Amino acid sequence: MPKELLDRKDIERAITRMAHEIIEKNKGIRSICLVGIQQGGVHLANRLSAKLKEIEGSNIPVGILDISLYRDDLNVRKEQPVVRRTQVPCEINDRKVVLVDDVLFTGRSIRAAMDAIMDLGRPSAIQLAVLVDRGHRELPIKADFVGKNIPTSMEETVTVHLTGDGTEDRVELE
Amino acid sequence: MNLRSKDLISIKDISADEIGHILETAAGFKDVLGRDIKKVPALRGKTTVNLFYEPSTRTRTSFEVAAKRLSTDVINIATSTSSVVKGETLLDTAKTVLALGADIVVIRHKCSGTPHFLARNIDASVVNAGDGTNEHPTQALLDLFTMKEHKGGIQGLEVAIVGDILHSRVAKSNIYALTKLGAKVRLIGPPTFVPDCLKGLGVDLYTDMNAGLEGVDVIMMLRIQLERQGKGFFPSTQEYFRNWGLTAARVSRAKKDAIIMHPGPMNRGIEIASEVADSSRSVILDQVTNGIAVRMAVLYLVSGVRE
Repeated sequence: MPKELLDRKDIERAITRMAHEIIEKNKGIRSICLVGIQQGGVHLANRLSAKLKEIEGSNIPVGILDISLYRDDLNVRKEQPVVRRTQVPCEINDRKVVLVDDVLFTGRSIRAAMDAIMDLGRPSAIQLAVLVDRGHRELPIKADFVGKNIPTSMEETVTVHLTGDGTEDRVELE
Repeated sequence: MNLRSKDLISIKDISADEIGHILETAAGFKDVLGRDIKKVPALRGKTTVNLFYEPSTRTRTSFEVAAKRLSTDVINIATSTSSVVKGETLLDTAKTVLALGADIVVIRHKCSGTPHFLARNIDASVVNAGDGTNEHPTQALLDLFTMKEHKGGIQGLEVAIVGDILHSRVAKSNIYALTKLGAKVRLIGPPTFVPDCLKGLGVDLYTDMNAGLEGVDVIMMLRIQLERQGKGFFPSTQEYFRNWGLTAARVSRAKKDAIIMHPGPMNRGIEIASEVADSSRSVILDQVTNGIAVRMAVLYLVSGVRE
């Protein structure tokens, strides 16, 4: 039976706080672009963008990034990752790119995402926003904005459910 | 999702789901082609060998570009300049190529069935780049990708394929692919090129060009192989153009938003009028670009299958 770690309200509060932190760190949102990592990060990026608009009043571009072609385990995986679309609608040269993902675990996806971003241009900075940091890093990577730190064991699975309208939002541990 | 086989030999042998999966994957690769840095590290460290037993510039170059954009190393072997002219057998050549470290072999051969034979005998992935009059699967896949891009989907499309169907591997792969994905296919040409036996493929046959083009969404022209002249298939190129050449007047029989395709190289003034080839409805150059994305998808997907 999965255990609910965060409910709808907790997630809403975490997103609100992360949005404020993003604004504070970047002194506004003028030079930033959110990029959600397929698939889990895309919903969260859209939610953060809506929240940032609510607070600052201006639209902020949201891109989607597929990292499957940059993974370091293509030669060892049994099941080949599905290649999805990458669409980053804004110029990323000299912009601050905030990478967005649902769960930060080993850090390998983020390494792949940084390589993928660098092939699209030269951002002035890359920052990282995640809803859940579950630990167990295998690479020297740290998030700038974290919704919730959740200590886990390697055997556990963290599942983030985010929907467009937010009604079914929850984070579960199994 | 993985493909079922390490090889891509024919459209006939793959499922509608697999075709759909290749086309969706290709959409992701088309994004890559639009960037400043048109290269991804997905197949870094792998080697692709282009083994071409028939002259080809466009298909070979397309495979070469696709392989390089995936970061594989590419070796081109044109048989006219290799030890094949000294009498080496196909299998010996292939085994030599494997000993050089090839992971994927792309083969074109004038004999139908050659890629199938090779795939059974070597461990590397084999991709058919055209075998005799049998199939040219990646051409059909890029044609479907282009149709999907312009028409939104394949299901329910009316597609006319015009020309030398009998000898065309492009036509055959397209017929299999289109019928599997629910399009309706019409074949148009002189009876020598469109014999009655083709009806068994679930298509409609027309000898009258105007009737055949009535209301279609896609007009796919095939190249008339000039070497077939004087062998009784058609009287002369002039007469062929008069009866089956694609002119602006004939295009007007098709739907207003119909697209015009050609696998290349074109014979202007024989199967297609210049003004039609260069018109805004022609998607011939899109086909070339999409060919790279589709071949990247195929190379990526076959190399993910471990048997």
